[in-house]
Amino acid sequence: MDNILSIFIRSIFIDNMVFAFFFGMCSYIAVSKSVKTAMGLGIAVIFVLTVTVPLNYLLNEYMLTKGALSWLGEDFAKIDLSYLSFIVFIAVIASFVQLVEMVVEKFSPSLYNQLGIFLPLIAVNCAIMGGSLFMQEAQYANIGEATAFGFGSGIGWWLAIVMMAAIREKISYSNVPAPLRGVGITFIITGLMGIAFMTFLGIQL
Amino acid sequence: MSNKEKEPMFSAKNLKLLTSPFNQDNPVVVQMLGICSALAVTAKLKPAFVMALSVIVVTAFANLLMSMLRNTIPSRIRIIVQLVVIAALVILVDQVLKAYVYDVSKQLSVFVGLIITNCIIMGRVEAFALANKPWPSFIDGIGNGIGYGLILVVIAFFRELLGAGTLWGYQVIPQALYDLGYANNGLMLLPPMALVIIGVIIWVQRSFNKNLIEK
Repeated sequence: MDNILSIFIRSIFIDNMVFAFFFGMCSYIAVSKSVKTAMGLGIAVIFVLTVTVPLNYLLNEYMLTKGALSWLGEDFAKIDLSYLSFIVFIAVIASFVQLVEMVVEKFSPSLYNQLGIFLPLIAVNCAIMGGSLFMQEAQYANIGEATAFGFGSGIGWWLAIVMMAAIREKISYSNVPAPLRGVGITFIITGLMGIAFMTFLGIQL
Repeated sequence: MSNKEKEPMFSAKNLKLLTSPFNQDNPVVVQMLGICSALAVTAKLKPAFVMALSVIVVTAFANLLMSMLRNTIPSRIRIIVQLVVIAALVILVDQVLKAYVYDVSKQLSVFVGLIITNCIIMGRVEAFALANKPWPSFIDGIGNGIGYGLILVVIAFFRELLGAGTLWGYQVIPQALYDLGYANNGLMLLPPMALVIIGVIIWVQRSFNKNLIEK
């Protein structure tokens, strides 16, 4: 249980998706103009990450890694399908995002309109694919740890985009040098926030 | 390809497709695509260069293939088809990297896989290849790949030079300078500085191209 908690906290603060790895920067920059939209997209990302990481964990464990197919019988024990992992992961993610899109469209059309193109683009949001790939690299011991990682990474991303949106709402009243206005200053602020988040680095859990 | 007869391979229009992403239509600092995965690989010049090459190859061929397939795919399932085509190309690149430059491939780790979700590739396929003939699409892919690679290499250049005093792994800042009290700026090697450098690149570029300034 301790382990799960520590993975959870780590993935939110120390290995934050945005500040440590720059994952999901495209939608992060484009959608962080207002807190409300940022909140909606952030929650969608949490949800998608929490579901796809454990799903891909199971697929990785029982289908892709070397010897994973041994539950099918002796003959299959030697097969190594790990080179297929990119394609399997992205297929799971894309179909799941399609599902989320349909649900959001049905239950919250206003959010659906606000998110616009970025909802289908969650499928290519690097944070989601990155979550699955990091999960594969970290070789978590069980599905609980994988879920904690997925959920934590989602929260970390949500936190980052909502904070950024809040700052950008304020910054629109400031006098930024003209060439820096908009995305330029957003990048620099993200960098500064990243430096701030690095203070979590030394924390031992 | 019927356009070959009508216009030469490198007509002015096609050349413009190739060169406009270098500056005024740069995928990273103007279109805001593909910032996602690759910034973490810019701490050193060599992995950044390999990453840039891989992205150029994948964008070019993804554009080419999708443009050839564009009339046969129903638009409803196009996203998934695109992802499968791109993923297949990335697997090829990944296997080639593992075979020939294993150490760099280890350094890039998950970031090769993340080329799949690099918005440049999806973005160019959606915005260009689905509406244009294969040859212009191929050129557009190469152009955007290079535009992206340029930014990557520029960032990596500054980060490696200022952060480690080396370029491509070779020491370039002379020992005499260190003896005078010069010190490497370790902050440059940390991930957040890549973002700050991009911010500065945008700043410089927009002070020259006034029409890109946001209101």
